[in-house]
Amino acid sequence: MLTDQAGKGVHHDTPRPGHSAQNPLRTGGDLLQLVSPDGERISHPEFDIWVKDIGDEQLCSLYEDMTVIRRIDAEATALQRQGELALWPPLLGQEAAQIGSSRSLRDDDFVFPSYRESGVAYVRGAHLSEIARVWRGNASYGWDPLRINLATPQIIIGSQSLHATGYAMGVQLDGANTAVLAYFGDGATSEGDVNEAMVFAASYQAPVVFFCQNNHWAISEPVRVQSHVQLADRPTGFGIPSMRVDGNDVLAVMAATRVALDRARKGGGPTFIEAVTYRMGPHTTADDPTRYRDPIELEDWAAKDPILRLRKLLEAKGLLTEDVETRVKAKADAVAAELRSSCIDMPDPQPLDVFNHVYSTPNSWIERQKDHYSRYLNSFNQPVEEGAL
Amino acid sequence: MTATMIKEFRLPDLGEGLTESEILSWKVAVGDTVTLNQVIAEVETAKAVVELPSPFAGVVAELHEQPGTVVEVGKPIVSFEVDDAGSSNGGSAPVAGKGSAGTGSADGVSAGDDSSGDRAVVETSPKGAAAAAADGVGSPAKREPNLVGYGAVVEHSGRPTRRARGQAQEMKSPIPEAPAGAEPVASRQVEPETSERPRSTPPVRKLARDLGVDLELVPGTGPGGLITREDVQNFSGTPEPPAEAPGSAAQGERETRTPIKGVRKFTAAAMVQSAFTAPHVTEFLTVDVTATMELLARLKGNKAFEGYKLTPLTIAAKAVLVALRNNPSLNSRWDEANQEIVQFNYVNLGIAAATPRGLTVPNIKDANRLTLRELSTALTELTDTARTGKTSPSDLSGGTISITNIGVFGIDAGTPILNPGEAAIVALGAVRKAPWVVNDELAVRQVMSLSLSFDHRLVDGEQGSRFLADLGSLLADPAMVMTMI
Repeated sequence: MLTDQAGKGVHHDTPRPGHSAQNPLRTGGDLLQLVSPDGERISHPEFDIWVKDIGDEQLCSLYEDMTVIRRIDAEATALQRQGELALWPPLLGQEAAQIGSSRSLRDDDFVFPSYRESGVAYVRGAHLSEIARVWRGNASYGWDPLRINLATPQIIIGSQSLHATGYAMGVQLDGANTAVLAYFGDGATSEGDVNEAMVFAASYQAPVVFFCQNNHWAISEPVRVQSHVQLADRPTGFGIPSMRVDGNDVLAVMAATRVALDRARKGGGPTFIEAVTYRMGPHTTADDPTRYRDPIELEDWAAKDPILRLRKLLEAKGLLTEDVETRVKAKADAVAAELRSSCIDMPDPQPLDVFNHVYSTPNSWIERQKDHYSRYLNSFNQPVEEGAL
Repeated sequence: MTATMIKEFRLPDLGEGLTESEILSWKVAVGDTVTLNQVIAEVETAKAVVELPSPFAGVVAELHEQPGTVVEVGKPIVSFEVDDAGSSNGGSAPVAGKGSAGTGSADGVSAGDDSSGDRAVVETSPKGAAAAAADGVGSPAKREPNLVGYGAVVEHSGRPTRRARGQAQEMKSPIPEAPAGAEPVASRQVEPETSERPRSTPPVRKLARDLGVDLELVPGTGPGGLITREDVQNFSGTPEPPAEAPGSAAQGERETRTPIKGVRKFTAAAMVQSAFTAPHVTEFLTVDVTATMELLARLKGNKAFEGYKLTPLTIAAKAVLVALRNNPSLNSRWDEANQEIVQFNYVNLGIAAATPRGLTVPNIKDANRLTLRELSTALTELTDTARTGKTSPSDLSGGTISITNIGVFGIDAGTPILNPGEAAIVALGAVRKAPWVVNDELAVRQVMSLSLSFDHRLVDGEQGSRFLADLGSLLADPAMVMTMI
């Protein structure tokens, strides 16, 4: 059994107010799970059908993606420690939630991530240098959002849920059948933005999926002090149907995301998914979770590791051959090396570049500022006059 | 290809805007072969303890800093010998490139020149860059912004030199001077190079300090000129002191370093804040508490108190609460922000508790309203909760006065430090049998010392003394309570 907010299975037996059993807008039971922590495939009458196309090859491919993004995460963390990145928000432990959800999307769907969705960016096709350069401080944006239908990482907590809802309302006006997905964390559900987004999404029945990765910690604030109900019970108050899934179970995440995307495309309105997972690393490389987090909690969650779980499933199915292992490792190594070299060899921005993307068209006021700044910079090259300092 | 080159790893900013970190330990030694991203050191910043992964694959050529040293961001901490054809520059410069750094950065605007070893920040003037290159380390005065990805920038105090507009004419000096740009470099060079202090280990530095030896004068005989314990002892002429008391530490380990964190860190911050904010005065009073001990014995035999845990602390706590009635200023708070004195009309009685996690001071809310039995129950619950480490944050905040029961450790008196925000703290000493003068004759009595610290901003000596005297008389003769309530 997966654990609850406290990270301890024993607390889970106690019913809470607003529990799913009494909540008609919740589907999938208390916690949708298709693969147990021991790698055992659990059959589910309602949700099996949504992943029945996931064959052996697909499972191996999911395993590869999850392993690769874990490696990206480890390499980026090392690059930060070596002074090559200013900051990095690790995603360790959230691989299934990110891969399962992003692999369910179509290319024409539009995604609004927070800052931790580097795994999603990888799946959507962002180049590694594009993922790295914002965190290196070389650019104020990472990738062309319109090329891969992925908005730039949102640092402000939860704001992207409003952007997603607005975009989804636009999709409605266009009469398109694309879906929109917003990623945010448990802490964001306590923010006004997310709640406002849910009000609008419900009112307009916008084709948006709110994908909440409940990783249990809003920096140092545990989720249990933020919400006295399960997070999946918050959206139902707005009339938005929800699911609470095991976020470390890649198949359950896929099934739930596919249900939600399908509903959005068919005019069924918004859906909220609470993917129950765990941030196994620090909030960012500038954070020290040992100051506020019980190490036992981390151990509990390590036993439910999303990649380990998929490995066990693959082993049980006899799919984890030496060939697969070698291929996945080679891929992860190659991606890590490319991330490192593209990060280190990245051309440095020039001082005047800061003016380049303020407006998309020429702007006289910006030109004036650019001219002033350019002359200011040039003043350093002029010989210093006597007596002047 | 066998050609190798030396590459330095400079301490990066490991948090967001940190200027220094402490090397806690090295995980590698000189001569070790390391792989890319192998953990080489453990480093503590103001924010976190982090592991440093190696930016190169190669051989450790030199560890520039000893464990326990606080290092400024940008200073080299380790050098590697790497294959010349090896991996790309991991954010640190080849040492060989250092000399040319000045020319590389001479064009102050073109900061994009990443072939330069020093990779000066944009604001750096040619003067600054040259100065930084000249002394290799620089004398950091004020931190400058560091562009990420440039590797850690060597900190220096080179300021942008600008032509002062308009004032240049008036300020023109009639006396010919050396070019302004050259002057800071010259002055910098005569400054002592603090980074070039003699190499030694922290225990050796401590030994030198204890013996009054100036390490600058001691020739080092260890590897790389390292000054050893023997060097210091030979220099000062003192023989090796006898072996330390057995059992003081594991063999070979002369000191144990524990990161300051958790309750210890919190306690330290609270104590420092208190000690350096509130002017403490401590008074002592030794009291014959025989009557109190007799009262305790009687109460223990009383049906009404069956099942209640009664100790000298219970009676003393009650006595503190009674004594506060006539001395309310001991139960107040200095509100610096609002420039007000807050007089509490309730008492949240803090009890210092030694717990497995360290010192905590949970408090009993509205203790002044509790009967002796209720107080006894509250004290039992409080100490039990504290010992299991489950005290809630609300129990730890909002205290108005505290008691610390040092008597349980067999101690008589002390100078307790105020729990921050409170005006007084009472330390209860051990109850001991002692010779005491009763009716002009010596008698064996049960005696206890009371130590009272108070915040002299809030409490004058008179009020503090009266409170302590009242408390003493209540413990000497519990019947005195009749005169106080």
